[in-house]
Amino acid sequence: MTLSRTARRVLAGLTGLILTGIYLPLMVVVINSFNTDQAMTWPPSGLTLEWWRRAASNTGARDAVLTSVQVAALATLIALILGTLLSLALQRFAFFGQNAVNLLVILPIALPGIVTGIALNNAFKGILGLQLGLLTVVVAHATFCIVTVFNNVQARLRRLGGSLEEASADLGAGPWTTFRLVTFPQLRSALLAGGLLAFALSFDEIIVTTFTAGSGVQTLPIWILNNLFRPSQAPIVNVVAVVLILISVIPIWIAQRLDGER
Amino acid sequence: MSHRVGALLGRYPALRLGLLIAAPLTWLVAVYVVALAALLVTALWQVDSFTGDLERTVSLENLKTVLTGELYRTVTLRTVGVAALVTVIDVLIALPIAFYMAKVATPRRRRILLIAVLTPLWASYLVKAFAWRATLSDGGLLEWLGTPIGLQSPGYGLSAVVMTQAYIWLPYVILPIFAGLERVPDSLLEASGDLGGGPVHTLRWVVLPLLVPAVIAGSIFSFSLTLGDYITVNIVGGTSQMLGNLVFVNAGAANNLPLAATIALIPIVVMLGYLAAVRRTGALDNL
Repeated sequence: MTLSRTARRVLAGLTGLILTGIYLPLMVVVINSFNTDQAMTWPPSGLTLEWWRRAASNTGARDAVLTSVQVAALATLIALILGTLLSLALQRFAFFGQNAVNLLVILPIALPGIVTGIALNNAFKGILGLQLGLLTVVVAHATFCIVTVFNNVQARLRRLGGSLEEASADLGAGPWTTFRLVTFPQLRSALLAGGLLAFALSFDEIIVTTFTAGSGVQTLPIWILNNLFRPSQAPIVNVVAVVLILISVIPIWIAQRLDGER
Repeated sequence: MSHRVGALLGRYPALRLGLLIAAPLTWLVAVYVVALAALLVTALWQVDSFTGDLERTVSLENLKTVLTGELYRTVTLRTVGVAALVTVIDVLIALPIAFYMAKVATPRRRRILLIAVLTPLWASYLVKAFAWRATLSDGGLLEWLGTPIGLQSPGYGLSAVVMTQAYIWLPYVILPIFAGLERVPDSLLEASGDLGGGPVHTLRWVVLPLLVPAVIAGSIFSFSLTLGDYITVNIVGGTSQMLGNLVFVNAGAANNLPLAATIALIPIVVMLGYLAAVRRTGALDNL
């Protein structure tokens, strides 16, 4: 199939249009972070650095970022371990109930967040009688993060096949040595990609978090939600958002580098 | 010692499998399956309307309320409708851009486009919803853009919810479709062309059938994520309610966890039905 010049141009035009649509609202956020008018009317009546100055000294936002990083790091770590184990089990063995296990990994992300949220809230508080806190958020996040690691590692294992591992076993290496010296090095970039995605997923999650965080735990999304409707704080939320967008370029850059290596 | 364990593991694959799968399976069952089962049980309980205490006696009262209540039927239909509409819009937008990225753009441009699509994924969900609130508001960007050409901003309401949700979940739909298109070999398209198939014909009979699992994989995200949402509705939805709002209000302010649990069963049933319907297409391996 060869596309005509016109078809290519139309596709390129559509792509440009869609990207404009994707970035326009984000531009609104960036510009509003400098908007002198708190009500954020368009076009801005003037520009100011006031909100950036205030955001820099806002301890609430800073603490919330730290909490979110903590939660996301722990959840990602758990997801990396469990996701890798599970993908090795499913990809290197054939057993009864394999499909059920496969579905079980997907379920926490395939079911809406509100279902996961209320189910875990009910289990933690109602059934186990636990105090909601940082740990309950980590457990909840890890549960739906497993799937991102699982998918990345599973795809990599499928592509690699098992011949190198068999060769290693034939040459007398035990399972652990084989994993450490043969399997793991080949999985490294898949683990990083899956881990990044898990981190991002946890960092931005709000619905499950609302249901599993105690009143003392304020992740960044919860802080944002609490401040979004306060007229004096909303512009600061814009600043935090812009900073996040800027920082987010780093993991994407890493992921792209990995892709290039592959 | 470690040698002996290694030998043992080498001899018994089942033991290896057991060791690999024990921890993750225990976690998923203990945390998730048990929680879902408990939710099901809670749905059968009641709350004493006078004292507000949980009565742990089994009754089908909540199920009856949800199945026969006018409110629940309306809200369920509305929520499923919004989720379906968001999904259709996202797929329609994702197809051309993913096709351009995978099959037309040069490798260098493809890379740049991929970054461009991925970046908004990392911008906070709440901030994106809020950006739409600002864009749709009185005196917002949309009104400013639309007035000269005689268009009005739709304001806050269901259409705002559809626009915002379609916007937020779009990258989740573009990425699997792009990955699916990348897996369609160019040689196949050339073969179709050599055999006399025009672009439209090739797209319809070669590309689209191969792409179905990827499209469904993307649709699972947008559909499920919209199905349970209540926050976007609060931010741009005006007074309209979706299932998520009913669950949230009953779990919190209304202090009726059993009813909230019962309402939460609706999205579970809808989603399980959806997953069961698409399982045969192999879409679940594409997530």
